[in-house]
Amino acid sequence: MFGYYLDLALRSLRRNKVLTGLMVLAIALGIGASMTTLTVLHVLSGNPIPGKSAQLYHVQIDPRDSFGYRPGMEPMDQVSWIDGMNLLHAQGAQQQALMTGGRVAIQPPRTTLDPFFEAARYTSAGFFPMFDVPFQYGRAWTAKDDQDRARLVVLSHVLNDKLFGGKNSVGKMLRLGGHDFLIIGVLGDWRPNPHFYDLNVQSYNEDEGVYMPLTTSQDAGFDHDGGTDCWGNGADGKDMTRNDHCAWLQFWVQLDTPAKATAYKQFLIRYSEEQKSLGRFQRPPNVRLRNVMQWLDYNQVVPSNVRLQTWLAFGLLLVCLVNTVGLMLAKFMRRQGELSVRRAMGASRRMLFTQLLVESGMVGLAGGIGGLLLALMGLWVVRHRPAEYASLAHLDPAMLLITFVLAIGASLLAGLLPAWRACHIAPASALKSQ
Amino acid sequence: MHFRHILSALGRHRIAVCLLVLEIAFSCAVVCNALFLIGTRLERMQRPTGVDERHIGQVHVRSVSATSPEAIMAQTRTDLAALRALPNVVNASIVNQTLFGHSFSASGVSLSDAPQAPTIHVTQYFGNAQLPDTLGLKLAGGRWFKLDEFVSDEQLEGEGATVPVIITRALAEHFFPGRSAVGKVIYAFGTNRIVGVVDRLVQPRDYGTAESYEYAMLFPVDLPYAQGTYLLRVKESEQRGEVIRSALHALKTDGPLRLVSPKDATTLEAARAKYYRNDRAMAWMLVGVCLLLLIVTAVGIVGLTSFWVAQRRRQIGIRRAIGATRGDILRYFQTENFLIATFGIALGMALAYGLNLLLMLHYELGHLPAWYFPVGAVTLWAISQIAVLGPALRASNVPPVVATRSV
Repeated sequence: MFGYYLDLALRSLRRNKVLTGLMVLAIALGIGASMTTLTVLHVLSGNPIPGKSAQLYHVQIDPRDSFGYRPGMEPMDQVSWIDGMNLLHAQGAQQQALMTGGRVAIQPPRTTLDPFFEAARYTSAGFFPMFDVPFQYGRAWTAKDDQDRARLVVLSHVLNDKLFGGKNSVGKMLRLGGHDFLIIGVLGDWRPNPHFYDLNVQSYNEDEGVYMPLTTSQDAGFDHDGGTDCWGNGADGKDMTRNDHCAWLQFWVQLDTPAKATAYKQFLIRYSEEQKSLGRFQRPPNVRLRNVMQWLDYNQVVPSNVRLQTWLAFGLLLVCLVNTVGLMLAKFMRRQGELSVRRAMGASRRMLFTQLLVESGMVGLAGGIGGLLLALMGLWVVRHRPAEYASLAHLDPAMLLITFVLAIGASLLAGLLPAWRACHIAPASALKSQ
Repeated sequence: MHFRHILSALGRHRIAVCLLVLEIAFSCAVVCNALFLIGTRLERMQRPTGVDERHIGQVHVRSVSATSPEAIMAQTRTDLAALRALPNVVNASIVNQTLFGHSFSASGVSLSDAPQAPTIHVTQYFGNAQLPDTLGLKLAGGRWFKLDEFVSDEQLEGEGATVPVIITRALAEHFFPGRSAVGKVIYAFGTNRIVGVVDRLVQPRDYGTAESYEYAMLFPVDLPYAQGTYLLRVKESEQRGEVIRSALHALKTDGPLRLVSPKDATTLEAARAKYYRNDRAMAWMLVGVCLLLLIVTAVGIVGLTSFWVAQRRRQIGIRRAIGATRGDILRYFQTENFLIATFGIALGMALAYGLNLLLMLHYELGHLPAWYFPVGAVTLWAISQIAVLGPALRASNVPPVVATRSV
């Protein structure tokens, strides 16, 4: 029966090419626009570290003085050197890492390249195991290297390609900011998007080329890059490690179970109370523990532009749907004669209804294909826009599936009312008026 | 032509008419709000900075290895002299943060040195004596800094410092509404007496509320190049590219090994364009969606009217046979469409207003200006009239003889 309906639908669609074309066009436009923006939203709000995002927590404490305090206010986003080091050495979680961003001047070993700046991550050793960072060559450094302020670096594979043509550079020396560093590792392909562990630098498409121990970076006197929040009389002094009135480091911990997370939160409260009794903190304990997705959400990482565009695209889809409902109504009502004959020959209302819905579904399928082409074109345009997230806009299989589900679902929905109307005409009067 | 007849005819197609009204209403609501968003974006992108943007280039230079502060300061003076000596350069200077650049430097400022005094965060520009002239700033009151007032950044941030300050007119209005700010004291770095007020200078990046965009302070600081960016003011704006190239060359050939990359050298206009690139992308996207919406609406009108024309062929033939002219038939469909569009627009206006209220809840947006409503209405009327023209002309060409034939 379904085959017969398909055949009928094809004949009917072919009979009225203009109307069919308009319906397909309307659905294709709606689907194309909404899929383009949905894909951008999907890519941007994606999970940067799937599988582990619920176990990784960003730590916030409030070390500020009582000036400007209001109950319920958010603690600071970052931690100061002294608090970060205290928490790091307390080893309260399974894994922990204290980190900040930076920029280092690289003097390439090949003289054909001019010196250049590269984004760097200064971090304690826990970073690599905690974020499951893959290595192409060599290894990460250890907590002992952190302690020794060892002059060593790990490179991203992009930087390794640029400097050493992609060859194994482990064991070579690299001159950074006037100091020599030993290369001990090269990362594999690792580009978490968004750049969740430090949102102070660009949120998207930012990957550091150089990783070095945090202690080493301060020993070498490298400036840090990113946000610095100071309070009280904190702004002066160039040595950030002695300044306990400025927060400029991110502290991440891994806690595998909710129970451990609760226990860690208690630990942070105890720490705050202890620091308050020592006179360093003045506010009541105010701590937050947010996992990766909560942290991204709290920071509203998805640009509000993109969210707005998505709503607009759904507005467009809605108008297209209403439009399709109207056109289908016109199309089905025009075929009163044919439908009445089928009724008179014994087809039930249900059968007519199914037949008409099959026809709507076919319009949806055609609209979906058109919409897919339009979405591919739309994404191509987005990729060529100079927005910072532009190069990420690609259609993945999940979104491809959603395109067709959305297209066929939308057209079936649009077909419901017209089909219902069309199979409720009295066959006798319709036949008589012919 | 009687509206009543048309209305009663429309009553026979209630569902189709409702759909068309809804479609026009939705696109009216969305297009009005989208255009409003584009308008606010464009306005934001075109805010003046108070700086002579067309004539400014900037070069960011960094040292590769550590050198003594004295050597860096000496090198800075040599660099600036070399840059000023370049052909077509009017002036050269150094500044701690560039407009539309990456960094943003700000301090808490208050009107009293009491610890509980209310504080606002204001961005601060540090620069040498040539900075105002290089930027092309205009003085609105008071005076520029005197040469003996320039200090190092350590002295500015030192204990008990009393460095003078120049503030923007907007900041002066905020602190001293209706009074002259010159001679007054603010507390940013120790005690700072206001010696001058500039007409306009803005934050390097958007930060804080919309009015604080024009709050800025200028401090007389001789910066080393390691903490700033060189600014160049050229005679003619076409010479910017050439001047930047020769500046890069001059900085590369003189002094120690430094990072002098074309990537870090740009014109202020290019920096502005880059800073607003997301806004521009957004504006184009909105324009695209609006166009699509209007096209889809027009398609819907064409489709449904064609259906009605086909359905009423016989009636049209009868009307023609009993004396209606082609113009009458044409006008009938046009009036019918006008009525439907009017219902749609009326509903659309209400929806547009509601959508605007909804957007205001989630985004920093103002009320939809009243003139959007008539403009949106006229646009949609025009589009629906154009869309109906084709089917209506086809209807007017139905010959009267149709009336005598059975279908």
